[in-house]
Amino acid sequence: MQPAPPVIRLEGVTRVYSTGENAVHALAGIDLVIGTGEMVAIMGASGSGKSTLMNILGCLDNPTAGRYELDGVSVTGLSRNELADLRSRKLGFVFQGFNLLARTSALENVELPLLYDRSGRFVGKESPAPAALRRVGLGERLHHVPSELSGGQQQRVAIARALVTSPSLILADEPTGNLDSRTSIEIMALFQELNTQGITIVLVTHEPDIAEHAHRIIEMRDGRIVRDAPVGARRIAIPAAPAENAA
Amino acid sequence: MRKRALFAIATRSILRNKLRTLLTMLGIVIGVAAVIVMVALGQGAQASIEAQIKGLGTNMLMIMAGSTSQGGVSQGAATFNRLTIPDAEKLARESTLLAAVSPVIFSRGQLIGGIGNWRTTIMGVSASYQTIRDWPVASGSFFTEADQRSVRRVVVLGSTVAQALYPDADPVGQQIQIRDVPFTIIGVLTPKGQTAGGNDQDDTVLIPYTTAQAHLAGHSRIGQIIASTYSPGDLPAAQEEIRAIMRESHKLAPGDDDDFTIRNQDDIAQAASGTARVMSMLLAAIASISLVVGGIGIMNIMLVSVTERTREIGIRMAIGARSGDVLAQFLVESVVISVAGGLIGIVLGYAAGVVLAKATGWTVATPLDAALIAVLFSAAVGVFFGFYPARKAAALDPIQALRYE
Repeated sequence: MQPAPPVIRLEGVTRVYSTGENAVHALAGIDLVIGTGEMVAIMGASGSGKSTLMNILGCLDNPTAGRYELDGVSVTGLSRNELADLRSRKLGFVFQGFNLLARTSALENVELPLLYDRSGRFVGKESPAPAALRRVGLGERLHHVPSELSGGQQQRVAIARALVTSPSLILADEPTGNLDSRTSIEIMALFQELNTQGITIVLVTHEPDIAEHAHRIIEMRDGRIVRDAPVGARRIAIPAAPAENAA
Repeated sequence: MRKRALFAIATRSILRNKLRTLLTMLGIVIGVAAVIVMVALGQGAQASIEAQIKGLGTNMLMIMAGSTSQGGVSQGAATFNRLTIPDAEKLARESTLLAAVSPVIFSRGQLIGGIGNWRTTIMGVSASYQTIRDWPVASGSFFTEADQRSVRRVVVLGSTVAQALYPDADPVGQQIQIRDVPFTIIGVLTPKGQTAGGNDQDDTVLIPYTTAQAHLAGHSRIGQIIASTYSPGDLPAAQEEIRAIMRESHKLAPGDDDDFTIRNQDDIAQAASGTARVMSMLLAAIASISLVVGGIGIMNIMLVSVTERTREIGIRMAIGARSGDVLAQFLVESVVISVAGGLIGIVLGYAAGVVLAKATGWTVATPLDAALIAVLFSAAVGVFFGFYPARKAAALDPIQALRYE
């Protein structure tokens, strides 16, 4: 389950926060390779460094030391603007709190990343936003604003927003943290479906049964990877009928 | 980032908080409207002053007793009035550049005639006064050199006097008593309106200066001599010529100061419109303070808005917005607010100007350049006061911003 080339390659990555005299080693040397098409869950208690790792993987933060290659591009030492461009080109984010713009339609929320695209990939082409929303099962709700959507639907909009630029990697930070268990299963089913379509997904969660939907679980403690193992019996999410998007 | 999208984002977030945006705009609206009204009033005043001074006559020169040459202090004021009829006659005789010369003998007196009596300014002038002042008659005719030589008791009425004493009929040919001396009315002048100082130029009667000397004033000293040149280009040379003739006439030694002052129409116009200009600039400056206050209002609201939307900024950054994009977004927002406020302010300012003009009868100009400047200035206010909040937004750390509750 490790097809080349890797999407993520971390070598000896550390992240030290210095607060006054104390230096906190949020990441104490991480080596990690994630291949294209993988679905990886990162687990760990709070303070284990998983959020810091997520920030670094998401090009929101620079490692203190070590090397990070994203989709063959070295991320180390890039400027703020270069990081922003990299996020725009290669990454899609899904957050625990959905983080949609309020009073803005689903379609416009999904179109948001296209606004900041500097590659010109989407210039003069049909907007990929409606297709992305159809892909997450919200083809009928393009013009609904977040307050008119359920939590699960809002998270689907967020996933569509992450998908719209065809990123190399989708990073999901506790994507089911604000959802009930039935909706959580639906979202995981969506992730699995997208994964089978070839999209690489890294998700952070502290719920073991959510993590078991991935191919591979990485467990962190005190800024180190303490376990990195494929999931023996991968859970296949079967949403309880009727599915929410059909409601 | 596409410019139209930037504009759309700004407009949407502005419309999201309609009341707040309106209140924020109000500062700019009032500021711009105040500036427009003040400039409109000032320019209107200036324009009407200039029009009045043009109405004094063409290519006109004024010679007055006393010297005002030293720092505006009337140096010759203490001396007795040194302009005389012989001065005027000498100027008319010897000058080569002057088309016409007229002494002006001022006095005030009571008129009796028509439907009652009227107190007014009586001016003794020469027949060429009409040419110098460029002042046609509405009916009848002006007096002639022959009238002047023969010291005839003829009078030409200003339109205000004619209106007051003869409201219904043409007074030409009627008898009128000026300080109990009977005169024949031979003409009525066309209206000339107010002077820059607010005096009614039409509240006057004109008689030959010879008649004024013989029957009214009884002295040969005169208030001023007015003259005109053939063309405006002759004015400076004519001024020098007059000066030489006058010094000779007054027998001034080479080292003596002039005991008279020569002013041309330009000087008068500049002095008067200069005052109006300074006034209007002062008013506009005071009004523009409110624009600055409006700008501070924008800054305040933009700071609040940046704080409120920290999370939104984080989201935008996470999905690929550069700091510059965020900066531009907030900057465009504050500029849109301020320019929209500016445009509303212009409309309001013009409306107020029109109302004011109707209500007070003042001349109100419609200063297009002021409108343009107001828009540019309000845009500048938007940029200036929007920059700090926008930079604050752009400098946010996306991780912190995303975590902000």
